[in-house]
This record gives sequence, structure tokens and C-alpha cells, in this order.
Amino acid sequence: MVQQKGLTADEMAAKQQNISVAEFFERNRHLLGFDNKKKALLTTIKEAVDNALDACEEAAILPEISIEVIEMGSDRFRVIVEDNGPGIVKQQIPNIFAKLLYGSKFHTMKQQRGQQGIGISAAVLYAQLTTGKPVRITSRVGSDKPAHYFELHIDTQTNKPEILAEKTIEWHKDHGTRVELDLEASYQKGDQSVDAYIKGTAIVNPHSTIIYVNPKAEQIIFARVSEQLPKQAQEIKPHPYGVEIGTIMKMLKSTETRTLQSFLTTEFSKVGPGTAKEICENSSLLPNMKTDDMNLVHVEQLVQGIKKTKIFAPPTDCIVPISAELLEQGLRKEVTAEFYASNTRSPEVYRGIPFCVEVALAYGGTQPADQPMSILRFANRVPLLYQQGACAVHKSLIQTNWRAYGLQQSQGSLPVAPLTIVVHLASVWPPFTSEAKEAVAHYPEIIKEIKLALQECGRKLGMYVRKKMRVREQSERANIFERYIPEVADSIAKLSGEPKENVLAGLLKMVKKPEIQSEILSIPEQEEDHKKIKLKVSEDDDEQAEETE
Amino acid sequence: MANKKVEQELVGLGKKLAKDIKDGKNPAIEFQVRGLSNVVFDQKTQKLALGERQATRAFFNVGHAKKFLQTLEVAKVSKELLEVEKHASLRDVFYMAKRTIPNSNINIVDEQKETDKAIEDLELITGFPREQLQVNANKMGSVAGKVIIEDKGDTIDWSKLGSGGWSIPSNVEEIQFKKVSAKYIIYMEKAAVWERLHEDKFWDKQNCIIMSSQGQTTRGIRRLLQRMSKEHNLPIYVLTDMDSYGWYIYSVIKYGSISLAHMADVLAIPNIKFLGITCDDIEKYGLHKHLIKNTDQDFARLKQISEYEWFKNNKDWQRQFKMMKQLGAKAEIQALSSRGISFISEKYLPDKINNKEFLE
Repeated sequence: MVQQKGLTADEMAAKQQNISVAEFFERNRHLLGFDNKKKALLTTIKEAVDNALDACEEAAILPEISIEVIEMGSDRFRVIVEDNGPGIVKQQIPNIFAKLLYGSKFHTMKQQRGQQGIGISAAVLYAQLTTGKPVRITSRVGSDKPAHYFELHIDTQTNKPEILAEKTIEWHKDHGTRVELDLEASYQKGDQSVDAYIKGTAIVNPHSTIIYVNPKAEQIIFARVSEQLPKQAQEIKPHPYGVEIGTIMKMLKSTETRTLQSFLTTEFSKVGPGTAKEICENSSLLPNMKTDDMNLVHVEQLVQGIKKTKIFAPPTDCIVPISAELLEQGLRKEVTAEFYASNTRSPEVYRGIPFCVEVALAYGGTQPADQPMSILRFANRVPLLYQQGACAVHKSLIQTNWRAYGLQQSQGSLPVAPLTIVVHLASVWPPFTSEAKEAVAHYPEIIKEIKLALQECGRKLGMYVRKKMRVREQSERANIFERYIPEVADSIAKLSGEPKENVLAGLLKMVKKPEIQSEILSIPEQEEDHKKIKLKVSEDDDEQAEETE
Repeated sequence: MANKKVEQELVGLGKKLAKDIKDGKNPAIEFQVRGLSNVVFDQKTQKLALGERQATRAFFNVGHAKKFLQTLEVAKVSKELLEVEKHASLRDVFYMAKRTIPNSNINIVDEQKETDKAIEDLELITGFPREQLQVNANKMGSVAGKVIIEDKGDTIDWSKLGSGGWSIPSNVEEIQFKKVSAKYIIYMEKAAVWERLHEDKFWDKQNCIIMSSQGQTTRGIRRLLQRMSKEHNLPIYVLTDMDSYGWYIYSVIKYGSISLAHMADVLAIPNIKFLGITCDDIEKYGLHKHLIKNTDQDFARLKQISEYEWFKNNKDWQRQFKMMKQLGAKAEIQALSSRGISFISEKYLPDKINNKEFLE
């Protein structure tokens, strides 16, 4: 028997090495939204546009974004995204575009599009891996400053920017940023296409102008409908109800406070001295305990203590909804319909994190009536195009009884109607089912709010649908009389010997009278006694049926 | 001429509606309400009759318009038939009215039921039975016996018509009775039983008339029975299966039916008598082995019948209803054949009639 010899620590150390970012990317490309060529194009554009919009809003500039997609050859595209944002200072440009996991957004609890500082640099890496071409950046921070031009690679071993070219250039813009990437991709139209993403973005960003040139060199302009910039979202501290053991451990490490009491009052929202004391009591921990001394056991006690303590809900003024009116305006611009409704719910809280749901709908018009309605999902003003079935929005839509609002719906499926519904979730931290940010997780609090918002719009829709049905029935009824009149006139003429023209003219004259019109348009009322006859014949009197045949 | 009167009535209806239109009034037809809600049992005449309630059917009324159209359509058909002096069947009338209104997908009628109802309404509106409106039902039913009649100029002897007997037409108004030697009539529910009795020459031996239809009694037969009862004072005995449906056949012939309550005067025959099959017959003739179990529907129907006003205070019938409920079963006339093929003609019927074992 050969004895198995274990590895020594030295031998193991020899195997341990940096995993290159290229490898990291290869392993995680599906999580980052680059699982196929079609999606890669969308993700690249999406990351660039998200950044552009966030930057403009932060600098209080009404966004004007141009997107150009050029087909360079088979499966090869050039993407150019240019904004009128504040620009990026020269030193930061390489890090922002050519270093993975670099960014400011991960550490803040604030409602914005990007979250993790991974997006645009992942796109740069993808482009580099598929075509070998560097990303080209032009950025300028003001008319008194020069425009800087960079060509960048990511060093896939060290995850550091590699500057291939750098110069100052003449640029037509006073401020803004331009990103140019060559990548392997494929372009298709449809629900999950770049076109759909841009259209969706235009709907939920009515304060933006977007100029889009697709690979067929067709230019589409989505003009701004509102001159009003969204209110700046406030940064908030985490709420105790929303934090888990790991988060608290991390916070303890980085905090500057020295005691548990001051840690609780300083680092969390809605925790004052009284509440902090109560938490400590409920956790059986001393308020003056040193934060440095806290270990895992203490933190577990603390989390239990937090659960037992009644704490006010987090502030919700950090949430910036689009507003029902603007959302509806955005929808009106892109979907031609007969009826629109919208509504914005008051902010609510899931797991200590504030969120707010908005819904708008467009009914009728040129939309197909024989297909399931279309859904446009958004989180923090970003369209969600993939994994519709896994999304809390989808679940809420299915669980809503649309038949009550006059639509056709089979159990457990979407209603079949000429209807588009927009659902927007605004939150400091929208819960996604995966890093690719494609579907909203099924938190009961969120589903409940979406359903309430849908119901409110649904009720308005129901009123319209029923009214429309009534009008149609009325015109059908009026139509029936037009058809009946010649027949009845013929019978009366044949029976009485009067000329048919006279009878016909009389009836036609009569049908226009207001009192006859109101009779025709009233809700039909069956001849009471004939209803009864029918009933009785079937249960009481076999003679008729037997006798006739 | 009866025909002229009918025609005048139809013309009158047309003129009334034409005048409504000329006066700018919503053209409307008034007639008595049909249906159980307006049917009363007249204790004095022992017949069903329509109550006083009037219904108005107006053209410019969403709920009435289609029926108004259909009523006028059959009125027109009826008038055309009168003009050419031809009769049409209920089915014919349906096809004469059935067509699609030009430039629409609306049919004047979709089912025969609709024209049938319209014709019944027209009977109420004009006061004439449908036969006089030139509409006949299918003929159904046979008769044999010592009677000579004249119909459309032909002289017919009901005792000399071979194995089929005389087919009773839908319209019996024009028939004249030339010679009636029979002493009574037996009307039976089953055509098969009629054939049995006919083969056994029962009508010859007993000097009576045998008559049947298949299932429910047609108007033609009811009218014929009533005329023979009135004009020749012949007693009528009814023979049906022992079940709630058979007994209701008797009820309809005697008192009239709910849907034809407006015709009760010319159809009902209050003095007819019920021969069998009764629950007592089961005991008396030992038919226990030939009972058929009642279904839930049978029980439900039995309960309905026992609650009819004209049966409510009839002790003999209430006793039968109670017995059937206890038996929980029904029996066919043919069950008697278990005692011998001609038991019915040689023993059962003669005994019943001689002993006057009737139910009223």
C-alpha cells in the first residue's frame, strides 16, 4: 500500500497566486451580463448610459446623451456613448475605466443607477478580450480646461490601468465624456434589444434627451419632455433592521467610534441615545463596551437585540420617485394609446431599506389586443430586460385580478389586452436576484406595494374599459335597430296594406327622436314574463318540445 | 268564412301598428301575459286559464325588439298562407322566417323554438288557434272505431282502415262526424298498446274508439277528443304508464297545460277519466316484479305534480301520489303483457270499465 503524502505548507504556497482579472471575468461573465454576444452589446451600452445619466444628475445637468452603434464587420461592433456631464478629472480617468471594482458607489446607501463599480470596466475588459482594442476616452471638465484623450487597456494580471496613448485634444463640447469601445457582439431587435433598452430609458428619464443611431444608421431622437431635474437622492446610513452579522462586522472595523453606544447612534439611522440603550439592554451588552472588543458572539447578540427593539422606520426622503405625472408623460411619448393612468405609492421599507413603487399604464391604441400585455420593468430608472418571469413585478402582475378591471386573464398568467404597464422600483438598494441586476427579488413587502399600485391604476383602467364597452354596446344596439327597421316596415306594410315607404319613413323618423334614442341606449331589460315562460317550459311542460318535432 | 276573420284580425294588427307610427308613437302590441305567473286554475270550469295581466311588446325597446320583429315575421307568413290558402308546418314557418338581415350577421330567427313561441304569441294576439293561422303541427297518432266522418269531401270509416287506422291530422276543425256508433273512447299514451288493441279488434268487441299518439298528446288529438266529448257526449278514458309523466298527460288533457293556458277553452276536457295504470293495479294484478325504480328526477316531478292546485285537494290522486312515493317505482302499460299477450284487451280493460274503476 502506497502511503498518501500530504502537501506541505510550502508546496501549497507555491500554488497560491493572484487570480488574474481575465480569469475572474471568464468565470463570472454571466453574472456581469456578458453571457452571449447579443447581451454583451446591451450590457456595454447600458453601463455607459447608466454612468452618463448618474454623472449628469449628480452635477445637476439636464442629460443629453448620444449613443451610436456601428457594425464593423461580422460580429464586431463599435459603441460610442457621449454625454454632456461634468466630465472626469484627468487622473481618475484610467482608474474608472480600466480597473475593476473601482468606484464610489458600493459604499453608499443612496438611490442611484450603478451599484458596484464593476460595470463599465467589465465592458472595457470584455472589449479588450474579444477584439484586443483599447477603450478610447475623451473627457473635459470645463471650457477653461483642455479635453483629455486616453487609450486604455486593463492589465489582466494586476488589474491595473495600462495607458496606451494620452493627449490633449480639441473638442466641440465644453464638458462631458465620450467612451468608444470595439467589441464582439450581435445586434437584434425585439424585447431584449438595445432598442428596447433605450426606449425604456427614455420613458423613465423624461428629463433626458437621447439620440440613438442604430447599426442600420437610422437616427432616433428621444426628446426631453421635462425640464425638471430629478431631486438629488440623499445618502442615508443603514437602518438596524436591514443589517446582517457580516455587515456589522465590517462596519465595526471601519468605524471611528469607540463605544457600542456611540457606534449605534453614529453609524445607523433612526437610532438615538434612548434607542441605543434599549438595543444594548435587549442584547445583554454594555453600552460602554469598546467596539474593538466586540467579537462574533457579541455581534450575534446585538442582531438578536435589534430584532427585539422597536425602532422607527428609516427616513424615506432619500427616495426620489420619478413622479406619476412624469412617468405618464414618458410613457405617452413612447406608447401611443387611448388611455393612460399612473400612480406613485408612498415609500415603504423592506429589511430596513426604503423603497418606493410607481406604476403607469397605457391601454388601447395600436397595441395588439390578442396578445399578453407588455411589461416594462425599471429599477432606479434602469430598464430590466431579462428574466422577466423571475421578477417580483411579474409575480405581482399575475397575482392581480385583471378580470375585475374588464380584461381577459387566465389563472396564473398575464392578461391578454392591448396594454403596456410600466413598473418602477426606486430604492437605495433595490434587491436583485443576481449581480446582473435583471430581476427584482420576491420580497413580500415589495410585491405587496407593487400590487397596491397596480390595483390603483387598474381601477382607473377598469372604469375606462367598462365605459368603452358600454359605448360600443350602445352603438351596436343603435345599429341593430337600423337593421331591424326595414324588416319590420316590410311586415307592417304587408299586414296593413300601407305602402312600405310610408312605414319605413315613419320608423326612420322616429328612431332619431331623443326619447326613442334614450330608450334604445338604455340597459336592455328582458320581457319579464317571457323569461319566466322559458323557465317554466323546461321544468314544467314537456308538451311543447314533444309536439313540435 | 273563418279565414276572412283571421285575415281581418292580422290586417287590423298591421293597421294598428301603422297608425302608431303615423302618430309618432312607439309601435307596440298588447296581449295577455303567458307563463305560470299568469295562469290560474278556474275552480268553476275546472280548467286552466290565463289571468288578466297584459304585456306590451314595443319595437323601440332593446329587450323587446327582436321578439317584436319575430312576431311580425310570423304574422306576415300567416297572412301569406291565408292568401294562398295553404297550410305550413311549424318547421316550414321556421324556414320561411329564417334568413339573415342584409348587411349584418343578425338572423331573424336562429332556432325553431323562436318561431314556435312567436306563433303562440300570435295566437294570443289574434285570438285564433294556430291551425286557423294556417300553421299545423306534425300529425301524430291513430284512431280506429265505429265512426264515419267527412274530411275535405272524403267520407272515411274509422273501422275500415286496415292495420294502421286513421292518422289524426293537426287541424281537425273541418271534420264532420257523420255516424258515431261507439259508446266510449279509450285514449292511450303508447302507440304499441294501440296496435295491440287494434290487432285484438278490441274496438269492435267493446264497441268503442281507440286513439293514441306517441308520448305527449298533440293539440289535434286534444281538439278531436274535446269535440267528440262535446258533440257526441262520449265518455273518454285515459290509459298511461304509471309514472309522473304519464299522469301528467292525463292532467294536460283534462285541465289544459300551462303553456297553452290560453287555448284551454278549446282543448281541455274536464270530464275525462283515468283508467290506469294505478298503483292499485300493481297489487291487484301482481305486477311487483315488473316495477322500474324511480330516479331522482321522477321523485322531483312527482312532488311537483302533487302540488298542482288541481290535484292538491283531490284525495284519490293524493293517495296515488303517496303510494308511488312509497313504492319508489313506476310501471309501463306493457307490464300487463306479463300476464299474457292479450290480457289487457281481454281482462284488464273490460274489468276496469265494467266495474267503473276510474280515477277522476
